[in-house]
Amino acid sequence: MKDKHVKRVDLIFEKIECRDVLEKIIDMEPDAICQEILESDLKGRGGAGFPTGMKWRFGSQEESSIKYIVCNADEGEPGTFKDREILDQVPGKVFCGMAIAARAVGAKAGYVYLRGEYKFLIPKLNEELAKFHRTMDEFNQNFRIQVRLGSGAYICGEESALFESIEGKRGEPRNKPPYPTTSGLFGKPTIINNVETLVYTVMIMKYGASHFKELGTKDSRGSKVFSVSGDTPKAGIFELELGMSVNEFVEEFGDGDTKAVQVGGASGFCVPRKRFEETIIGFEGVPTGGSMKLFNSTRSMYNVLHNYLDFFTEESCGQCTPCRVGCQQLLKGVEAVKRGDKNSKYLDELVKLAKTMKRASKCGLGQSVGNAFGSIVENFKEEIIY
Amino acid sequence: MVSLSINGMLVKVPQGTTILDAAKKLNFRIPTLCQHDDLCVAGNCRVCVVEQLGGRSLLAACATPVSSGMQILTNSLKVRAARKHVIELLLSEHNADCTKCYKNGNCELQDLSNEFSVGDHLLLDLTETKEYTIDRFSPSIIKDDSKCIRCQRCVRTCEQLQGVNALTVAYKGEHQKISTFEELSMAEVICTNCGQCINRCPTGALVERTYLDEVWDAILDPEKHVVVQTAPAVRVGLGEELGFEPGERVTGKMVAALKRLGFDSVLDTDFSADLTIMEEGTELLTRLKRALVDKDPSVALPMTTSCSPGWIKFIEHTFPEYLPNVSTCKSPQQMFGALAKTYFAQVRKLDPKNIVSVSIMPCTAKKYEANRPEMRSSGYKDVDYVLTTRELAKMIKQAGVEFRKLKEDKYDSIMGKSTGAGVIFGATGGVMEAALRTAYEIITGREVPFEGLNITPVRGMEGVRLASIKIEECKEEWSFLNGVELKCAVAHGLVNARELMNRVKSGDLIVHFIEVMACPGGCLGGGGQPIPTNEKIRKKRTEAIYAEDMSMELRKSHENPEVIGIYKEFLGEPLSHKSHELLHTHYTERVRY
Amino acid sequence: METIIENELVRELANKHGRTRESLIPILQDLVVQYRFLSKKDMVDVARELDISAADVFGTATFYTFLDTEVRGKYIIRICKTISCAMKGKNEILSTIEDILKIKLGETSSDRKFSLLEANCIGWCHKAPAMLINDTPYTELTPEKVTEILREYIKIQ
Repeated sequence: MKDKHVKRVDLIFEKIECRDVLEKIIDMEPDAICQEILESDLKGRGGAGFPTGMKWRFGSQEESSIKYIVCNADEGEPGTFKDREILDQVPGKVFCGMAIAARAVGAKAGYVYLRGEYKFLIPKLNEELAKFHRTMDEFNQNFRIQVRLGSGAYICGEESALFESIEGKRGEPRNKPPYPTTSGLFGKPTIINNVETLVYTVMIMKYGASHFKELGTKDSRGSKVFSVSGDTPKAGIFELELGMSVNEFVEEFGDGDTKAVQVGGASGFCVPRKRFEETIIGFEGVPTGGSMKLFNSTRSMYNVLHNYLDFFTEESCGQCTPCRVGCQQLLKGVEAVKRGDKNSKYLDELVKLAKTMKRASKCGLGQSVGNAFGSIVENFKEEIIY
Repeated sequence: MVSLSINGMLVKVPQGTTILDAAKKLNFRIPTLCQHDDLCVAGNCRVCVVEQLGGRSLLAACATPVSSGMQILTNSLKVRAARKHVIELLLSEHNADCTKCYKNGNCELQDLSNEFSVGDHLLLDLTETKEYTIDRFSPSIIKDDSKCIRCQRCVRTCEQLQGVNALTVAYKGEHQKISTFEELSMAEVICTNCGQCINRCPTGALVERTYLDEVWDAILDPEKHVVVQTAPAVRVGLGEELGFEPGERVTGKMVAALKRLGFDSVLDTDFSADLTIMEEGTELLTRLKRALVDKDPSVALPMTTSCSPGWIKFIEHTFPEYLPNVSTCKSPQQMFGALAKTYFAQVRKLDPKNIVSVSIMPCTAKKYEANRPEMRSSGYKDVDYVLTTRELAKMIKQAGVEFRKLKEDKYDSIMGKSTGAGVIFGATGGVMEAALRTAYEIITGREVPFEGLNITPVRGMEGVRLASIKIEECKEEWSFLNGVELKCAVAHGLVNARELMNRVKSGDLIVHFIEVMACPGGCLGGGGQPIPTNEKIRKKRTEAIYAEDMSMELRKSHENPEVIGIYKEFLGEPLSHKSHELLHTHYTERVRY
Repeated sequence: METIIENELVRELANKHGRTRESLIPILQDLVVQYRFLSKKDMVDVARELDISAADVFGTATFYTFLDTEVRGKYIIRICKTISCAMKGKNEILSTIEDILKIKLGETSSDRKFSLLEANCIGWCHKAPAMLINDTPYTELTPEKVTEILREYIKIQ
């Protein structure tokens, strides 16, 4: 049994010799790699939480002479900054993870899509990449990686929008199906994983699935890197074992006056104090790509909500109706309620609208605007109205 | 085959079928806005969302392929709520001043909001905060952003059907809009004025610039003699606006209606189409002679047709190095216009300054063409106003003419007589066929060796079609063509024209004569034709065109007695000095990007 | 005839990145590095190099916040306006900069040295408030600190 408090883990940032891992996986059968990752129960660390092993297996089963590995480093979720830190501290492990994925599915080309805001990382990444390619040469491996930069568009973190962007187009999400493992970048089978996910695959290949599986809970195996910010004396990046409750988290990171925690960024959920105890951070409770933002009692949740809605109104790609117009309606709607131009019942209408956005939007962005909206309005109605 | 259930009813459809099409099989219509049969799937309006039992989110029926065992509901509570929301959201961004809208009564958004009774919708009106603009600078197309629902049909049309890409989606989020380069006017960019975007716009965001009032003013001015010409494709499309089925020919009723509207002379563009064949056919033969006999290296071959003003603007922008290859013949509309204020005025003893020349066209690019500065060879504006098929239907309605009950009438003379060859100008391949019917006969003295004069290899809906005809046993003066295999290519839709020209440019394709029509299907699918359009409708109109051809007493341009007459009395012969003055033109190189 | 004035930089960038559609964004990014924004002429020249329509270039560029199509200064200041930075005094930083540079949010100084813009989350929430000047992040800003930073930039000729 684990202790009733948050437990620090050091897997992601552990300095290891990637060569050894590469040497090991090169001799492995692709399917054995997929199997190992499957057994670890690793779920994607970008936020959506799709089982990584399953994704790789789907990719490996596709018949295609061209396949791609894409590292999603378009970390744009408000409150998330862990990928930047990972790329800064252990870039070699990220490339190593991509090489493992490449071996598992049979890909020869990889892309790192780095958000434009992190351009300052480029010199370091290039240096590390040259080293990585030298190692690949040594091992007679022809897998090559290029780094592509974003240019300031949150939506490009959505996988199909990211592909569009690499292809030189507007970052507008595609219809699904087909999914990336069937038709991704340039229409080819593609494995796209978050930075952190890729590093975990390295550690799983190093220490074995069982080592990883020992951590966490049944639904949320392993550990996770959290980006902690807001009203906290301990803002920063922390790798913690999964399975803790929001309460445990707040005990560790709160300032003693925490009234709410936004788990998963602007597209995540707001957990109010009364729910701290019962809410588990993980796939059985509130999933998160790592963003944990604490608010104390001095904060107006109206301002928080307004800030998020303003963000989505600008960052929606604009192609689908529920998201493009819905975001504007929610934003203008809460303003109208605040001003008193609309009565409090209008909030109920907006909650219904947010539900439609969740159900009818084309991609994850529009589908998750309702998360923050619903949970903040439900728990802090008075703050929105008065 | 995949089996699934829709609203509890089982259906089997081939793999890859969308939910939308599967539902159609069971006679369930799912509403759509961004979906269009001619275009690739977009899945962005979301009005077609349906519920999959057990599914987390709703599915866009237009974009989602069926899968085995799916249980779909097209009208569940969730679906109804979402659909209503989507329509309300669109309306909240939309200038819903329907009674003042040109598209009132023919608007897909209006129909849907009516269907879903969203009269007292609760959402905030966002139009006040938007700085919508209306672009009225183009002589052909008006773009009103306040009516736009961002379905992107126009952008996909411009890209996928026309290969022009004058329109794009610009910006993102709340600022996302349909734009040209740098938000310039449509008149300042590479737009060809083809109007295909108008044909597919579900609302009033893209409409033709209308000249109805100007035409009424002219008709009702007793000083003016208003001459009207009607293009070949109008007669197979007009009916659709007036309660007839696609493919029903209404030539006689149309003529009767035009007379009732008060046009002083009701004449036919088909006449000048026949004339075009005489000029263009002779031009082709002259070019061939210069190339083959005189070995003149400066002769530009292949020669391309010049009747389609969308094609002309396109080649001016895109392949300016091929402008010498374009026939110098004006389009039939402009030949007619130049003659209306010269020959016609002379014969009918009218002062050309009192003649107002109006044309009814299936086309919006013709509006631009009539406004070109070079189109004033009569000393006046050769064609004063161009109306689309849709505008003519509007005039007929405005005047209270009961179209269906009209007795068929005949065109006036002169310049009202035509042949089947003139009629088929309205379909892709038609100019080629008409030209071959005449040219072959000029060269050999015999009819083209195709049954019933129907040169089927140049007909059809394939984007690019190639055909050749072996020339043998020529008349003496054409003996240099003995044994020559005349090679022809036909393209419709500018995306196909681009492909064809690229092949010519690369040397991959060697032909003598190329026909290009800017619009899918040719003029019968033009940007001024009735809305909606799709391949099925265009095929019906095509059948009607060929049926009209078959019904004509004369089928070859050179047999048109009025054409023979005009050469005798006025022009002399094809490519004469006078012809050059009135019937030929030149082109302008324009920027490609 | 259309007279084409050779755009050497665009040609060079097309040589470097290639002339397929996927080269478009890297070319535009490099143009922005050079000029801080995309001029109408540059966009047309890029369209010519890649043989795509200028509208496509414009449509793609305007999707991306950092591919500006408006004139910008040599130093583009982007202050993060998302929640953590908003909570930790972003407005105070903004008004400090406005006072120092004598320009308002969204404006570019008349010498085209500075542009002052806001940005959505730039990934430094734990060190809020934060901003980017061109590609360089500055964090844990205070009015004093930002004054100091700007003083250095103002010094650069």
